[in-house]
Amino acid sequence: MDWFIHAESTGHKFALMLVAILLFVGVMGAILFGIDKLKKVPIWVVVAGFLGPTLIFVVFGLVYPGLNTIKMSLYDSRGNNFVGLDNYVTAFTQDQFQTVLRNTMLWVVLVPLLATAIGLVYAVLVDRTRYESLAKTLIFLPMSISLVGASIIWKFVYEYKPDQGNIQQIGLANQILVWLGLDPYQFLLNQPWNTFFLIAVMIWIQAGFAMTVLSAAIKAIPDDITEAARLDGLHGVGMFRFITVPSIRPALVVVITTIAMGTLKVFDIVRTMTGGNFNTSVVAYEFYTQSFRAQQAGLGAALAVILFVLVIPIIVYNVRQLRLSEEIR
Amino acid sequence: MTNASAPLPPTSLLDADEGDTTRKPSRLARADRRAAAATKKLSSPWTSLIAILIAVVWTVPTFGLLITSFRPRSEIRTSGWWTLPWNPTLTLENYQEALFGSSTSLATYFVNSVVITLPAVIIPISLALLAAYALAWIDFKGRAILFVAIFALQVVPIQVTLIPLLSQYVSWGIAGSFWVIWLSHSIFALPLAIYILHNFMKDIPPSLVEAARMDGAGHVKIFFQVLMPLLTPAIASFAIFQFLWVWNDLLVALTFAGGSTDVAPLTVRLGELSGTRGSQWQLLSAGAFIALVVPLIVFLSLQRYFVRGLLAGSVKG
Repeated sequence: MDWFIHAESTGHKFALMLVAILLFVGVMGAILFGIDKLKKVPIWVVVAGFLGPTLIFVVFGLVYPGLNTIKMSLYDSRGNNFVGLDNYVTAFTQDQFQTVLRNTMLWVVLVPLLATAIGLVYAVLVDRTRYESLAKTLIFLPMSISLVGASIIWKFVYEYKPDQGNIQQIGLANQILVWLGLDPYQFLLNQPWNTFFLIAVMIWIQAGFAMTVLSAAIKAIPDDITEAARLDGLHGVGMFRFITVPSIRPALVVVITTIAMGTLKVFDIVRTMTGGNFNTSVVAYEFYTQSFRAQQAGLGAALAVILFVLVIPIIVYNVRQLRLSEEIR
Repeated sequence: MTNASAPLPPTSLLDADEGDTTRKPSRLARADRRAAAATKKLSSPWTSLIAILIAVVWTVPTFGLLITSFRPRSEIRTSGWWTLPWNPTLTLENYQEALFGSSTSLATYFVNSVVITLPAVIIPISLALLAAYALAWIDFKGRAILFVAIFALQVVPIQVTLIPLLSQYVSWGIAGSFWVIWLSHSIFALPLAIYILHNFMKDIPPSLVEAARMDGAGHVKIFFQVLMPLLTPAIASFAIFQFLWVWNDLLVALTFAGGSTDVAPLTVRLGELSGTRGSQWQLLSAGAFIALVVPLIVFLSLQRYFVRGLLAGSVKG
């Protein structure tokens, strides 16, 4: 039995991988063919067969754990004694967590706005130029990189060497400062600006997403509208402000809210670049530290629930905006 | 503002445009006008400067680390990668050391990443296909509510589920194996997978399915002969999405695999290295590109499907 659970050698790992794939695909295939064979079955059997596995997965893996976490957030660190809202009070009042909440707000406001702005400007600038597809791929590439990889790339850009003797900078950002005649700077250490340098990494990753979606929206603006505006004498910035932006408003809302939700859950960047030190932690990272490092299960659960609650207004806004734009149409 | 107030005679503008297009075949008139507008836009030096500046900031950091990964260790420590033209020594040693050196052995973690990713892409697709089929083409009571409920689950942050899931796995005695990572990724992927596949299935004309039913086709026949050929692009875009997500994931792997050599993927190992050997850039740079190369290839070769997936509103967090 242990053979099917733990694998150590490479061959064994691949064998186990095949077993897993064949097992799941086989079961789903068997259900499909089995139900097809029995010609006259009541509809609920068909539905249970097709939807059952999914529902079991989702209830077991999302619904039940979610409810459990909400319950855990009302208990102490061991999960034994009911403490009411104490964990939430801690999370909202202690200095350490106030920094975490402040940082999270900075992330959630700055990343969506700046990434969308950069993506939009870039999409407009390269639209219908000769190098459009290459130019777009360049900006889009960071989307395929892991957040860990991106963090390493930027950590190297921010790398700091003390300014003494003939030591040369090896990080590009500090070299640029030196070229400009300034002193090298500890980008990741100096508070409070270090948070902004972490935020820059997320913007770098998300701008490509914004650019792609907005570019498609821009291309979908009917030609006669831009043509008419041009005949009315609109060009450049005027065209951008009065025609492009209003026409792609629904896409803008989707992009901003999507990035905001992704940013709220950012964890990898903080962990890889600073380990949450120097006052750079955010809710999603603090959840991990409290739950797995500090063994504060109750507090960790409360932070996870706070994360969940913070997502809700973004989604409500998203749905309302989409409704509005549908009504206008 | 200035444009609007300028007394531009509309006729002259029109004339200029017409004059431009009549010289060429009329079939191409529209494309030409677009190209003309584009060249006009690019001819402004400021806009091209901004575009180039953005493109540079978005590529140079990666490029710098790529160069660094091929420079000898002693060079990396003492000079920046931009000094390469004055000191062109390149080596593959960093990759050798990162992949097979006893302190990093990224080759093992690379295997783990592959072993984690493939089932974590295929399992949710196989489950979601049948579920989406039932939700789209079988009429039963509560279908709409069920679909909305599954759709709504997309917003649950996975953080909320991690600890209860982990203790469940521990009590089953499968914690720390590939199974928990496969299971977890599959679970987290299902709402999105069902949403995308359902939307694509709904776009298929009902008459096609009805006609097949009239001919006495069963579920298997409808599924494989009518739906599957039309669904391939949807499956492809979800697969790429899930592939990139799983390959690049850190949180799920960290929670369920820890740092174990037997299961942990590249991202976990790289995160560790960044913490413990933060100044050993020869290892970090080579390691980052070892982790990067697979998603990059997948992404560049299948970019079309990826963009289609994005535009279908398929974004997961």
